[in-house]
Amino acid sequence: MAGARENSPPRSPAEDEAFKRELVQLIPHLRAFARTLCGDAAAADDLAQDAMMKAWDARASFQMGTNMKAWTFMILRNQFYSEKRRSWRQSQLDQEAAERTLVAVDDPEAPVALDELRQGLAMLPAEQREALILVGAGGFAYEEAAEICGCAVGTVKSRVSRARKALHSILDDGAYERDGGAAGDAMRSILADAERLSTVR
Amino acid sequence: MIEQRSTEDRRPTSAALDEARLRQQAIGVRLRQMFDEVVNESVPDEFLEILRQADKRTAENG
Repeated sequence: MAGARENSPPRSPAEDEAFKRELVQLIPHLRAFARTLCGDAAAADDLAQDAMMKAWDARASFQMGTNMKAWTFMILRNQFYSEKRRSWRQSQLDQEAAERTLVAVDDPEAPVALDELRQGLAMLPAEQREALILVGAGGFAYEEAAEICGCAVGTVKSRVSRARKALHSILDDGAYERDGGAAGDAMRSILADAERLSTVR
Repeated sequence: MIEQRSTEDRRPTSAALDEARLRQQAIGVRLRQMFDEVVNESVPDEFLEILRQADKRTAENG
């Protein structure tokens, strides 16, 4: 990326300004994606900041008018995995880290079902979780998610589909239990919500 | 209660399909809700400050 910059034409202040404006609007989304990937809220914000700065530094290689959201998500994801590789020996238990992240709820009054969805997500393999989050929550098309993850479209589709199935059975079968109720309650609560939402529309 | 009609046995009933679809939707709604919760948080000042300083450096250097 550094090489691309040397060969690219100089950028005007107006171009930088336009880039910056668009980048600022993406910060909340970068934070949300980072939160689903790493440790805790503070570590996620560090990651999001690093990704934001990497995007800024590489702005000459970005073509305005193309999908900046997908581009920045790809940067954030690469950043996350390269950091993780570097610190592999210190933190080999990435499954535990994922559980801490997804289980960490800042709002003690957050709906129970949401809490249990986090727990369910934490039980999925990382690549399935990531695919489901990008497509199911981030609003990306399969093609965009494939680009972000650096894999084939078909791979993303099958990961999303497997993730959905696994999540169903986790929430349904009570593979996870919390005080006072089996996880089947979570599915019922989620369903009740969906019914309410569908009648509103 | 399931009737023994071999051709239909293998296929899920339409009620089952409806329910499966409802479940997909329900999880989808929750997933977006979870993500949007963070999206809707206010962005810590740090982010804008870091970007502002980087932009200032750019202006100074060239």
